[in-house]
Amino acid sequence: MIEARGLSKRFQDKKRGEIRAVDNVSFTCQPGKIYGLLGANGAGKTTTLRMLATILEPTDGTAIVCGHDIVEQPEKVRANVGFLSTATALYRRLTAQEFVEYFGRLNGLDEATLKKRVDDIFKRLDMNGFRDRRCDKLSTGMMQKTSIARTLVHDPPVMIFDEPTNGLDIMTARTITSFIRECRNNGKTVIFSTHIMSEVEKLCDTIGIIQSGKLLVEGSLAELRDKYAEHDLEEIFVKVVTPLFAPEEAN
Amino acid sequence: MSARNVGIVYRKELTEAVRDRRTLISTILVPLLLFPVLSVGFGSLAVALVGKAKEETPKVMLRGGEDSPAVVEGLKKLDRIEIVPETPNWKDQIINKEIRAAVEIPAGFQANIAQQKADTVRIFNYEGELKSEFATEKIEKYMKEYRDKVVKERLAAKNLPDTVLKPFDVKQENVAPPEKVSGAAFGGIIGYMVILLCMTGAMYPAMDLTAGEKERGTMETILSSPISRMHLVLGKFFLILTAALGTAALSVLSMGVSFSVLSHYTGRTAGGRAAGASFLLKLGPKTVISVFLMALPVAVLFSATLMTIALFAKTYKEAQSYLTPMTFVVIIPAIAAMLPGVELTPKLSIIPILNVSLLCKELVAGTYHWNYIAVIFASTCVYAAAALFIAIKMFQRESVLFRS
Repeated sequence: MIEARGLSKRFQDKKRGEIRAVDNVSFTCQPGKIYGLLGANGAGKTTTLRMLATILEPTDGTAIVCGHDIVEQPEKVRANVGFLSTATALYRRLTAQEFVEYFGRLNGLDEATLKKRVDDIFKRLDMNGFRDRRCDKLSTGMMQKTSIARTLVHDPPVMIFDEPTNGLDIMTARTITSFIRECRNNGKTVIFSTHIMSEVEKLCDTIGIIQSGKLLVEGSLAELRDKYAEHDLEEIFVKVVTPLFAPEEAN
Repeated sequence: MSARNVGIVYRKELTEAVRDRRTLISTILVPLLLFPVLSVGFGSLAVALVGKAKEETPKVMLRGGEDSPAVVEGLKKLDRIEIVPETPNWKDQIINKEIRAAVEIPAGFQANIAQQKADTVRIFNYEGELKSEFATEKIEKYMKEYRDKVVKERLAAKNLPDTVLKPFDVKQENVAPPEKVSGAAFGGIIGYMVILLCMTGAMYPAMDLTAGEKERGTMETILSSPISRMHLVLGKFFLILTAALGTAALSVLSMGVSFSVLSHYTGRTAGGRAAGASFLLKLGPKTVISVFLMALPVAVLFSATLMTIALFAKTYKEAQSYLTPMTFVVIIPAIAAMLPGVELTPKLSIIPILNVSLLCKELVAGTYHWNYIAVIFASTCVYAAAALFIAIKMFQRESVLFRS
C-alpha cells in the first residue's frame, strides 16, 4: 500500500526562484489496484513518483510505502518497490542476465533464490533467447522486457511506473501495459504516471489529476465522468487543469 | 551487508570496465606502452643516432696553414677526420652540412709559436649540430695537446719542471653509487610519470561511472535499488582506485622492464657504451615497491577527487572539459619536482603531489628519509580521506545527481 501525506518538493532555480514542483499532495493506493497519476509535462508526476521511490527526498510531508516511511527508511522502501520509467536505462556492457542478477543481489537475494527467480522471470517474459546478449545489442522491446525483469526480480509488493510507455512503439507499449495489468492481478499496489488518456482509461482503478504540483481531483473514471458530466477523459482533464494552466500559459 | 553491497557494485563496475575499450586503453595499454616507447624506443634511437654520429668521419676544411707544416701534418693524421682543401664558400658548406667544421691556422703560426708570440687558432662550426660539435671537439683536443706540447718544450728548454705552470691538480670524484647518480637524474621523471599515469588511469573510469552513468540514464535505475548511496559511491570509488593503481602498477612494472632492457642494450653496443652509460638505471624491487606504496594514497586522492568533479557533469563530454584542466593542476607540481635543485623540505613535504614527486626522486636514488616518508604518507592520506568524504557527501546531494 502507498499512503502519501502532504508530499511537497521545492527546488531553487537561479532564474525563477523557488519552484513548487509538488505541493502538498496526499493520496492512497491500495493493493490489487492501479492508481493513475495523470498530468501534462512538468505537472509534478515524475517528482511525486521519484519521491515515492525515495530517489528524491520530500521537502515537506512524507509517504508510507508498505509500512515504511520514505524519509526515515528509504532503503527499506526501495526494497519493497519496483521502479520503472523510460529514464531507467540498462547497463549497456552487461548481458540481460547479468543486469537482472545485479539488481537481485542489490536487493539482498541469496544466489540460490536469485538463480531460481531469474530463471522463472526469463521463462515467463520469454527472454531466454537473449539472456546472454549484451544490453547494447538488444532491441527496444528486449530492453523493456529486461527492465521489467529488473523490477520483478525481488518480487516487490509495490510497483511504480513513471511514464513507462513514453516514446515506445505500439507493440513494446503493449508489453508494458499488459505487464502493469498483470501486476494488479497479482495483488501488487501499482501507481503509474502518464499523459496518455487511453492508457488511463484502460488501466486505472483510480485516477488522480495533477497540475502545477497540486493534486486537483481524484476518483474512479466513472466518478470523474459523473462529476464533470463528460464522457471523454480528455475533456474532463481539460476542465480540471484549465483554471491552473491558463495563467501559466499567459505568463 | 554493507561490505557485500560495496563488493556487488565493485564487481559489476569491474565487469563493465573490462568490457570498455576506453578504460582498457587508459588503464592497461597506455602505461604498458608508454615507458617502452619512451625509454627503449627513444632511448635506443638516441643511442643509435649518437653512436652513428660518433662513428662518422667528419669533413673538416683547413684554412691557411701553408707555412705551418707540422701542425697541418698533425691534423691530417688525426683518426676519423677528413681534412679537405679550402674553398671560398666554406661557411655555406658548414651551414649546409657538406663539411662539419673549418679550422683556420693563422699565417706564420709556427714561426710565431717559435718566437713565443701569442696567436689564435679558430674553429668554425655549426653550434648545436651534433656531428659538427664532435668534429670541433676532435680538432680542439688536438690543438690543446699541441699547445701543451709547446709549453712542455719551453719549460724543458729553461730546465723548469711541469709543476711551474701546474702546481696542483683539481679532481672531481663521485662517491655516490651508480643507482643514486642515475636516480638523482631520473627519479624526478619517474615520480612524474607514475603520478601522471595514476591520474590518467583514474580519469576515464571516474567519468564513466558518474557523468557517463547520468548520460546513459542508468543513474536513476541504480538509485531506485535498495543500496545506500554511501555503498554505491564506495563501490564505484574502489573501481576507480583499482584503475588508478593498476595503471600505476603497470607503469612501474613497465618502467622497470624498460630500463633493464635499456641498460642491457646500451651495455652491448659501442655507441651505447659511450652515449648511454649515463642513463643506466637499475630499479630494484625495493624501489619499485616503495614508489608503488607512495602512489597508493595519491591514487586514492585522485580517484575521489576526479569522481567528485565528474559527478557534477551531466555528460561525458562535460566531465572531460572539467577534468582536462585537472591534468595541468597535477602536471605543474610534478614538473616542479623535476627542476634541478628542488629538494624535500618540511614545507614542501605537505604540498600534495609535489611532495610525492620529490619523494619518488629520493626513493629511486635509494635514499629513504623515514621522517619525510611518514609526513608525506600521512598528509596525502589526510587529503585522500577528505576527498573521499566530499565524494560521499556529493553523492547524497540531489542538486548534484539531478543537476539540470
